[in-house]
Amino acid sequence: MSLVKTINLNSMFNYDSQSLKLFTKEIVNKIKELVGDKEYVIMEFCGTHTHEISRYALRSILPKNLELRSGPGCPVCVTSEEDIDYIINLVLENDLGVITFGDIINVPGSVASLSYLRAMGKDVKVVYNPMESIKIAESNPNKNYVLVGIGFETTVPMLAHTLINIKQKRLKNLFYLSLHKLTPPATMVLLDSNEVKLDGIIGPGHVSTIIGSKAWEDIAYKYRIPFVIMGFEPQDMLFGIYVLLEKIINKEYGVWNTYLRSVRYEGNKKALELIFKVFRISSANWRGLGVIPNSGLELNNEFKEYDAKLRFPLTKEIKVKKTACRCGDVLRGVIKPYECPLFAKACKPSSPKGPCMVSSEGSCAAYYLYEMN
Amino acid sequence: MEKLILLSYGSGGELMRELIEKDYLKYLSNPILDELLDSAVFELSGKLAFTTDSYVITPIFFKGGDIGSLSVYGTANDLAVVGAQPLFISLSFIIEEGLPIKDLHKILESISKAAKEINVNVVTGDTKVVEKNKGDKIFINTSGIGVIKSNRDWRNREINIDDVIIVSGDIGEHGLYIMLERLGMKTDEIVKSDMGYVGDFVLPLLDNFKGIKFVRDATRGGVATVLNEIAHKYNVEIEIEEDLVPTKDWVLQASEILGIDPLYSANEGKVVIVADKSQAQDILNFLKNFELSYNATIIGKIISTQKPRVYLLTKIGTKRILESLKGDILPRIC
Repeated sequence: MSLVKTINLNSMFNYDSQSLKLFTKEIVNKIKELVGDKEYVIMEFCGTHTHEISRYALRSILPKNLELRSGPGCPVCVTSEEDIDYIINLVLENDLGVITFGDIINVPGSVASLSYLRAMGKDVKVVYNPMESIKIAESNPNKNYVLVGIGFETTVPMLAHTLINIKQKRLKNLFYLSLHKLTPPATMVLLDSNEVKLDGIIGPGHVSTIIGSKAWEDIAYKYRIPFVIMGFEPQDMLFGIYVLLEKIINKEYGVWNTYLRSVRYEGNKKALELIFKVFRISSANWRGLGVIPNSGLELNNEFKEYDAKLRFPLTKEIKVKKTACRCGDVLRGVIKPYECPLFAKACKPSSPKGPCMVSSEGSCAAYYLYEMN
Repeated sequence: MEKLILLSYGSGGELMRELIEKDYLKYLSNPILDELLDSAVFELSGKLAFTTDSYVITPIFFKGGDIGSLSVYGTANDLAVVGAQPLFISLSFIIEEGLPIKDLHKILESISKAAKEINVNVVTGDTKVVEKNKGDKIFINTSGIGVIKSNRDWRNREINIDDVIIVSGDIGEHGLYIMLERLGMKTDEIVKSDMGYVGDFVLPLLDNFKGIKFVRDATRGGVATVLNEIAHKYNVEIEIEEDLVPTKDWVLQASEILGIDPLYSANEGKVVIVADKSQAQDILNFLKNFELSYNATIIGKIISTQKPRVYLLTKIGTKRILESLKGDILPRIC
């Protein structure tokens, strides 16, 4: 019996190395059969998928006429130029301390990156757990701090939990900058724009764990496109791509979940409740996509007093400096990382010109690190 | 009140003399140090190796060791991998005022224990104290001198196609564990730093095998970065197999949660070895006799001498480039 048919996705982790290689060969052959000599374009919306596709060199074994495009699924990358400059202004003009996590400190703004400001002696702290921000604010009671919240639906619950704690402790010197983004509205903008003709979508695994597979149904039906949610192991992705191609070829549309060990139809209700205890839906400014209604989260009335943008409004208009970086086009899937004139020349992970090269989930970094040959 | 290190301890006066005579000599006494001269004076002959390293790890105490033992093992390891028997080390503290004296005692005790185990003497040292918030608890610098017996000097041996790449044991533990610790995660007993003295197995290995052509401890940047250093130094292409890389289950789990590949995670008791193919199996058998290298494994080989590049055969059978570490995944892990 075929390995592909008998596979139980939940036990794929336990494959010994030989079976895994066998499975890979077999499913790649099946994918090749399905693709034939037709051309297909599918897009992964999640930065972790982008990273893993490159890390496991999946493009090198998949047929050339099946194109995998990366979408706007890297939270650091989609943070707008304006928002980066706003954070930098907070530090420069208001002498605030900024607390952040992730790679955001290495993203170049119009003036400098946060890591540059830190080296200049400005108070920029990187934490690995947002709850650490509470300790920092408590031990420096005479200084105001802004915790920068970046991330999709996946990371918001952890930050909502932090905010609830900030409120309970009645902290007066810790504020919150919500740059959170919601993925379904951005997906719609991308599909509306028609810049890239997509045959199918690799649905995000982590985000869907929170919002559930049902959150994608409207999109799949409106745009009549197959949407297959996948896990992050290479075998998850290969199996998911196989399912997606089947749907494309059979002209079926809808949402299919192949990441059953993590994603439920309804999502994680507790996490969703936690999010909406603290936040409400707002518009958000995406790099490459612009301002998208209902695609962000802002603090609700109960938590408004912690809103950094209300407490520290900008005193001057931010004029974003235009550069040759084409991160925005990369995020929309319009160009591939190596089609940017800066890629691997002026722009490398050690001297990034834009966030797509900074973040480990950014497509430019993934191509640079794993696919340079 | 708990006794704390005050600024005055570093000013060279009475308090400092007390610190040196009572505390340092208590833990570190040896004839050269006991002279308390401005320099350590000793005689040495032969080919010498000399190295220095600074230790800024946070947290300063962790499972598997502390900043004190790390500062001894780390410097001794840098000597041992080039074939040197570590003999003397210097010990320099930069302490932030307010460090509890009992913490300093704990660190001195662990330095003393590590030095005895390796059989090196701390022969000279220095202490400075900086104001609160101008440092972070304690930083340590150690330098070390060792002697290289000529049969242990591998530097001029030629690296060829088919030479094997060996790692001396399970990889990625120190870096991933410190990261979990920094995240405040509760971890099992088995989750700890792999810190240890690699000279225990590297020096006997060099005595017994002429086919050892390169040894480096895979600290910051991990095994992937050392492999890239080898590729560039010798202009060779290296291919390793992901399936062969020895990794503990908890390391794999932590690496999945944290998004850090064990190949880039720091080790503090593991080395990467390039060895002649003809001796490879004997070398592995030999390494299995030592506690720190019982799980030594061949993970790949030199495939060409055309250009500097490292490839990884992934667990699904694909092949890609394995770059050196870019940027910092986590500062202050050693």
